[in-house]
Amino acid sequence: MSLIDIQRISRLYQMGTETIHALRDVTLQIQRGEYLAIMGPSGSGKSTLMNILGCLDTPSGGKFVLNNSDVSVMDDNALSEIRNREIGFVFQSFNLLARSTALQNVELPMIYAGVPKSERHKRAMDALSAVGLADRVHHRPNELSGGQRQRVAVARALVNRPSILLADEPTGNLDSKTGVEILALFEELATKGNTIIVVTHEEEVAQHSRRIVRLRDGLVAADEILHKNGAAAPETPVFPPIHASAHAGPPPVPPGAH
Amino acid sequence: MNLSELIENCGMALRAVATHKLRSMLTLLGVVIGVFSIIVVMTAIRVLQDSIETSLSQFGKDVLVIQRNPAISFGGPEVWEKIKRRKRLTPDLGELIREKASLVKSVGMQNGLFSGEVTSPYGKTEPSFSLLSLTPDGFPAKTLSIVSGRALNSSDEENGRLVCVIGSKTAEALFPNSSPLGETIKMDGISYLVIGVLESKGAMLDNSQDSVVIIPLSTGMNRYGRSPWGLTILVQARSQETYNDAMEEVRGILRTARKVPPGEADDFEIFTNDSLIEQFRSITFAVRVGAALISSIALITAGIGIMNIMLVSVTERTREIGIRRAIGAKKRNIMTQFITEAIFLCQVGGIVGIALGIAGGNAAAYFFNVPPVVPVDWAIIGFLVCAAVGVIFGTYPAYKAAQLDPVEALRYE
Ligand SMILES: Nc1ncnc2c1ncn2[C@@H]1O[C@H](COP(=O)(O)OP(=O)(O)OP(=O)(O)O)[C@@H](O)[C@H]1O
Ligand SMILES: [Mg+2]
Repeated sequence: MSLIDIQRISRLYQMGTETIHALRDVTLQIQRGEYLAIMGPSGSGKSTLMNILGCLDTPSGGKFVLNNSDVSVMDDNALSEIRNREIGFVFQSFNLLARSTALQNVELPMIYAGVPKSERHKRAMDALSAVGLADRVHHRPNELSGGQRQRVAVARALVNRPSILLADEPTGNLDSKTGVEILALFEELATKGNTIIVVTHEEEVAQHSRRIVRLRDGLVAADEILHKNGAAAPETPVFPPIHASAHAGPPPVPPGAH
Repeated sequence: MNLSELIENCGMALRAVATHKLRSMLTLLGVVIGVFSIIVVMTAIRVLQDSIETSLSQFGKDVLVIQRNPAISFGGPEVWEKIKRRKRLTPDLGELIREKASLVKSVGMQNGLFSGEVTSPYGKTEPSFSLLSLTPDGFPAKTLSIVSGRALNSSDEENGRLVCVIGSKTAEALFPNSSPLGETIKMDGISYLVIGVLESKGAMLDNSQDSVVIIPLSTGMNRYGRSPWGLTILVQARSQETYNDAMEEVRGILRTARKVPPGEADDFEIFTNDSLIEQFRSITFAVRVGAALISSIALITAGIGIMNIMLVSVTERTREIGIRRAIGAKKRNIMTQFITEAIFLCQVGGIVGIALGIAGGNAAAYFFNVPPVVPVDWAIIGFLVCAAVGVIFGTYPAYKAAQLDPVEALRYE
C-alpha cells in the first residue's frame, strides 16, 4: 500500500462569479521513504497540493487515502490529530512562535499530543541536537540565524515522528550556502528512511530529491525518477520501479499532453 | 485540556501580557477598579463590624436587653415621634419580671446618670467618664468582674449607700500609685466610697467600659431621680436552650404590664447581642449593594475592554494560530488558549484590585485603631468573579480564533 494515495483530487476556489481551479485532476501515489519534489511555475497549485497532503485543507473532489485511512471524510478534530502525529511541516518563512524559545517551539507539537513533560523535554532536546542546535535551545527565533531557525522548524516537524515531512520552499528565505545545509539535512533524513516532500521552484533544490512531480495549471505535467548517479533526470515520466505494482490509479498525464 | 497545555497557555498569556505592558495595563484598569471597589467596601465594613461586635459583646450571650428606645434606627421623624410617646421603663417592671418569669435566672437594672470628670485626692479623669447605677444582678449580666474589693451587693442597694465600684481606667487615673479601696472619689458633686475595682474589658473600639463609676441603682435614684437615658433592664435567661422562650415570656409580661393591645407592636425594645449585630448587618446591606452595583458596572465595562483587546490580539496573532493548527492544535486547543489568556489578564487586574482593596479597607482599621482584617472569602469571590469576566468576555474572541481557517491563517501577513 502507498503511504499517500490521491485519486483525481481537485480544489476549487470561488472568487465571486469566477471559479479558480487551483487543482484540476491530480492523481498521485507516494511510498513510504520517498524523497519527492513538487515543482511547477507560480500559481500551478503546488502549495494547494501541499496543504491538502498536509491535511490543512480538504479537496473539493476526489479521494485522499493517507496511511490506509480516508482523509477526505475526516472532521476537523481528526485532521488535527493527523497533522499532529503523521505530518511535519516546514515553511518558507520558518513559522516559529516568536515569543517562545527553540525548545518551547519544538515541544509544542508534543503538548498537543499529550506527551508527558519529562519525555517531551528529552525528545525536544534530542531533536534539536539532531539538527545541530544543542547549544541554542534557549534562544528565541530572533536570536537565531535564518538557517538555524529553519533547523528548529525541522526539529519541530520531526519531533512527533511523523510519517511525512512536508516542506514548502524550505530554502526560499535562505542564502544559497544555508540552503545547501538544510538540503544536506533533508538528504540525511531521507537516507534514514523519512518520507520527504519538498515544494520548490528551484531546479537545484529539486535535484536533491529522488523523484520530481511537475505541476502545471493544476495538473500533473510530469513525474520523473532521478537516477542518483548525479545525472539529470530523463524527460519522460517514469514510475518508481519498485512501487510500480502498487499503482492502482490512472497513469500520470504525459508531458506531451499539453 | 491537560496540565502541560494549561501551563503552556499560562506561559503564553504571561508573555502576551508582558509584550504589551501598556496596553494590558490600560485594559486591566477597569478590572482593578471593579474589584477594588467591592473589596474596599467589604473590608471596611468587616473592620467596622468586628469592632462593633466587640463592643456589643459587653452583654453576656444569654442576656436580653430591654430598653424603651431602639439601639440603632433609621427612620423618618414619624417613627421617632412614635418612639417618643412610649412610656418609660421603670424599676417595677424589672421587679415584675423577676417575680413572674419562670425561665429567667436574674434581672439586673441599669441607669446611665451622668457624664463628666471624676476626682480624688490624687488626681482627676478626663471629662468623659460616665456614672452608672446598677443593681447587683447587673454585674454578671454585663459580664463585669471584680479584680479587687467586692461588687455592689443587695445591702448597698437596699440602703442606698454612697459606695461605688470603679473601672480600671478610672482607678488608674485617680489612684496612680495606691490602692483605691477605701478611698473616696467625687463625681458631680457627690463623694462615694470605693469598694471595688473592675477588671479591664480592654474593648477595642472604645474604652468606655473601663471609664466608669458604678453606684447602686437606689443611690442613683435618690440623687438623680429618673435617668435622662432611660432605664435598661438586663435579663439573664436560665439557659441557652430556653433563651428564646425566655424572651417570649418576658415580652408577654411586659406587654400585659404596659397594656399593649394584642396585634399592636411592642412599645419597648428587646434585643440581644445577635439581634444588634443583625441590625448592623441590615444597615450595611445598602452599602454592600451599592458597592456590588458599582463594581458590576466597572467589571462589565472592563469585560468589554478585555473583549476588545482579545479581538485585537487574535487578529495580530492570526499567523500564530495558523502555526498551532498546522502542528496539530484542535479548535478547542485554540479556544482554551485564548480563554486562558483572557482569564489570566483579568486575574492580573483582579489581584491588584484585591490587594489595593484590602489595603484601602484597612485604612478604616487604622483610623478606628482596631486590628486589620483580610476578608479571605471576598478575596476568593473577587478572584472567581475575575475568572468569570475572563470566560464571559474571552469566549467570543477565542471562538473567532478557533474558527480561523488554518491555511488562511498561515498565509496571513
Ligand atoms: N484562498 C484562495 N482563494 C482564491 N484563490 C486561491 C487561493 N489560494 C490559492 N488560490 C489560487 O490557486 C492557484 C494555485 O495557488 P498555489 O498557491 O497553490 O500556487 P503555487 O504553485 O504554490 O504558487 P507559488 O509558486 O507562487 O507559491 C493560484 O491561481 C491562486 O491564485
Ligand atoms: Mg506556493
